[in-house]
Amino acid sequence: MAARQTPDTLDMAVRVASMDEVDRGLKPHQALAEAGRCIFCHDAPCVKGCPVGIDIPGFIRRMAQRNFVGAARLIRQANPLGAVCARVCPSEAQCEKGCTSAGLTEPVAIACLQRFAMDQEMARGIRQAAAAAPTGRRVAVIGAGPAGLACSLALALAGESVTMYDSAPEPGGVMRYGIPPYRLPREVLNREVDWILGAGVRFVGNTEVGRDIGMDELLSEYDAIFIGAGLGEPATPDVSGLDAPGVISAYSFLRAAGQTDPAPIAQPLGRVVVLGGGNVAIDAACTALRLGAEAVTVAYRRAREQMPAWAREVEFAQDEGVEFAFLLSPAEVLQADGKIMGVRMTRMKLAEDDASGRPRPVPSGEPDEAIGADTVLLAFGQGANESIFSALPSLARSEAGMIEVDPETGASSMAGVFAGGDAVNGGSTVVLAVSEGLRAAAGIRAYLDSSREGSECR
Amino acid sequence: MSVDLSIKFAGIKFENPFTLAASPCTDNAQMVARAFDAGWAAAVLKTTSVEEEVVELVYPMMAGLDFDDKKVIGLQNIDLISERHIDQVEKDVRELKKAYPKKVVGASIMGQKKEHWQSLVRRLEAAGVDFIECSFSCPHGMPERGMGSTIGQNAELTERTARWVKEAARRTPVSIKVTPLVPDLPHIAHAVQKSGADAITAINTVKCLIGVDIDNFVPYPTVNGKSSYGGYSGAAIKPISLRCVAEIAKAVDMPISATGGITTWRDAVEFLLCGARNLQVCTAVMKHGFRIIEDLTDGLSVYLEDKGMSSVEELVGLALPNIVEHSHLSREYKPVSKINLETCVKCDVCYIACQDGGHQAITLDEKRLPHVDEEKCVGCSMCASVCPVWECIQMVPR
Repeated sequence: MAARQTPDTLDMAVRVASMDEVDRGLKPHQALAEAGRCIFCHDAPCVKGCPVGIDIPGFIRRMAQRNFVGAARLIRQANPLGAVCARVCPSEAQCEKGCTSAGLTEPVAIACLQRFAMDQEMARGIRQAAAAAPTGRRVAVIGAGPAGLACSLALALAGESVTMYDSAPEPGGVMRYGIPPYRLPREVLNREVDWILGAGVRFVGNTEVGRDIGMDELLSEYDAIFIGAGLGEPATPDVSGLDAPGVISAYSFLRAAGQTDPAPIAQPLGRVVVLGGGNVAIDAACTALRLGAEAVTVAYRRAREQMPAWAREVEFAQDEGVEFAFLLSPAEVLQADGKIMGVRMTRMKLAEDDASGRPRPVPSGEPDEAIGADTVLLAFGQGANESIFSALPSLARSEAGMIEVDPETGASSMAGVFAGGDAVNGGSTVVLAVSEGLRAAAGIRAYLDSSREGSECR
Repeated sequence: MSVDLSIKFAGIKFENPFTLAASPCTDNAQMVARAFDAGWAAAVLKTTSVEEEVVELVYPMMAGLDFDDKKVIGLQNIDLISERHIDQVEKDVRELKKAYPKKVVGASIMGQKKEHWQSLVRRLEAAGVDFIECSFSCPHGMPERGMGSTIGQNAELTERTARWVKEAARRTPVSIKVTPLVPDLPHIAHAVQKSGADAITAINTVKCLIGVDIDNFVPYPTVNGKSSYGGYSGAAIKPISLRCVAEIAKAVDMPISATGGITTWRDAVEFLLCGARNLQVCTAVMKHGFRIIEDLTDGLSVYLEDKGMSSVEELVGLALPNIVEHSHLSREYKPVSKINLETCVKCDVCYIACQDGGHQAITLDEKRLPHVDEEKCVGCSMCASVCPVWECIQMVPR
C-alpha cells in the first residue's frame, strides 16, 4: 500500500518570520494518491471519531473520482466550518485515530484530504444553500464563534430569523481572535463566515449582552436564545509582579496578533517567557517568534506528558525553535527600574494524581531559579463566562461550573434558552463547538415547534 | 440539484441512467430493494430461465485481477445464469413493482428454444416487468449448451431469436445484450435492428483466463484442482465496451444500454458521450457496494453543472462525430512533447520510454534533466503517458 502523503510546509526561515499558513496543503496528485489509500471500509470508524459525523468514506470516494466539489458539499452538509476544521481539528485524535488503514500502514490523511476538497470548493465559490420558507420565529444567538455560527446557519436554513450578537466587531470568536493566522488564514475563515451570513443570519457586532443590550430585552423579543459565548476572563496565577508592563495575557496577545495589523504589540518583545502548557501557550509562543521575539521559552509546571497542548502542536513549536522548560512554576516576575528582568521559578516534582487525573505538581524543595525575560505571556486558561451567569442568575451550572445543558438537545435549565460550545464544555475543539451548535439548533427547532405560538422564552 | 439526471431509454423514463446489471447483485428482490433505496434507478434481474433448465453453479466462481496494490481492477467469473427460475423471478418482479412503482425493473432471460424464450417473455410481461433483456452473449458455460454467446456471435441466430422474443412481447420493450467477441459488431447490431428489437445492451463479459497459480499450475478460480475460461468484467474492460458502444451507436439508430467496466461518474459521462442512454453497473458494486450510486449521481450532477448543462440527455452521443476512420485522421498535425522542468522529479522514465519505445528524442543533461530534441520528436506521447508527475509533460502543437 502506498505511503501516506504529506503536505509541504513553508520553508522554516520564511515560516518563523511570517503569519502565512505553514501547511501548504496537498497537491492534486497527492490528494488523488491519498484518496486512493482509503479502503472504503464498512461502518467506517473515522465517521464515529468525527464529532459532527462527516461521511468521510463518502467524501473520499468522490475525491478519488476527482469530484472535489461534490466532496466538499458532502462535508459541508455535516460541518458548515469544514475548511476551518480541516485546519484546526486534532484529526490524529479524532477521525484518523480509528482509521482502518492503520492496520495496513498508516491512517489516511483525512484532514489533509478535507482541506484539499474545501480549498477546491472555495476557489470556485461556496454554493449558497437554499433556505426554507420563513417561519416567522425569531432566535437570538449570543456569541459568533463556531457554536454560534453553526447554530445560526442551521436555524437560518430552516427558515428561522436569526440575529447573532457578539462583543467583538467581527464574527468568528476564537477562530478570529484566538487561533493564529499561520494555522488558520483569515481569508479561509472569512469565506465560511460570509457564506453563513449570506444564508440570512443577521450579525450585530460590538455588542455585549448585559452591557450593550439587556438579557431581558433578548428574552422578551426572541422566541428562543442560544448561548455560545465561549469562556470568560483569563485565569491569573498567584504570582507577584504581574502588574509589571510587559506582562501580557496570552489571550489578548493572540487577539492583537491575529489582526491584519498587529499594532498593539509593536514594542520589541525581546526574550519571551510563556507561562502555561495548553494550546494557547503554544500559539502565543509561536506567534511571539513571528513578531520578532529574540527567544521564546514555554514554562510549564508539570512534565511534557501532562501538557494539555496537543503533541503535534508542541512538536510544531519545537521545530520552530521554541524552548520548553518543564516542572517550573512561576513565583515572581522580577523587575528592575520598572522593567521586567525575568521570572523566578520554583522547581516542581510530580506527586499523586489530582482531581483532573494528572499528577499534581508540588515544590521539589530545590532552590528557585530565574529565567531571563523581557516579556511574559500568561496562558493559564479561562474560567466560566461569568457575565452570562450574572445576566441569567437562574441558569444552572454543571459540576465544572459551566452552563448545564441537556445532552440530547442543548437545552439549559431555562425554558427557551439553549447553549453550546466552550461555554458548556469548558473549552474544547472548534469541531465540538460546531456539533454542539448544530445540536442546539435541532433542539431549538423542536422547542419552537412544541411551544405555543407567540409565547416568550420563559 | 438543479440538473435533471432523468433520461428515457426504450421509451421508459429512468430517474437517472444508473442501472444494476444482471448479475449476483440482482439475484433476489431484497437486494434490489436495498439498491433502489440507495438511489439506483433501475435493475436488471439476474438472467433467469424456464424451470426445466438445469443450473448447477460451481465454487469458487470469482477471481480478481490486482494491479500493484489495487484490488480487482478486473474480475473473472465462472458464474452462470440464476439458479432461481422464472417462477421465482416473476414473483420478484411483482413484489418490486408493487413496492417501487417508479423504479424500473428489467429482467434478463436465456432460453434453449423458441418456446422457452417466448414463455419467459409472456410470464415476465404478465408480472409487469418494465423491459426484457435477452442474453445472447454469456461467453462461458452457457455456449456449451448452444446458448449465450453462441447466438450473439452469429447474425442469423441473433436476428431469428430476437424475432421470437419480439413476437411474444406485446408491450414490453426488448433489449438484446450482445457480446464483444465478434469480428464485426455493427453487423450484429444491424441484425438486432432488423429483428425489430427495441434496444441493444452492450456488452457482456469478455472471455478470459485471468491467471494461473504458478505453484500448482491450475488457473483461477480453482475448482477442486481445475478451472475454466470465464467472463472478464470491471474497470479493465472499459476501453473495450466503450469502443463497442461507439461502434453500435454509429451503425444503428437504436437506444443503447452500456455496460462493461463503468466504475466512476467519469466513465458514465464517457459512455453517454459515446451514445449510451442507459448505464449498467455490476463489478464496481460487487467491490464497493450499492452506496457507489451516490458518487455516480453526485459526480454526474456536478459535471453537468460545470458544463452549464441542465440534463443528461444533452450529453448523449456528443463524442461520436469525433470518432472517425483512421484514414481520416490528419497527417499534417505534428505535436511535440513539452516537459516542465520546474516540476520534473528527474525519474527519467520518459527518457527510457523514448529511448526504447520511441524515437530517441529525449536526452538527459548532466543534472539528469530530460530535454526534447524537437527535430527527432514525432509526438507519439509515450513520454507523457508514463510520466508520474501531475501535468508535467504535455503534447502541444508545433
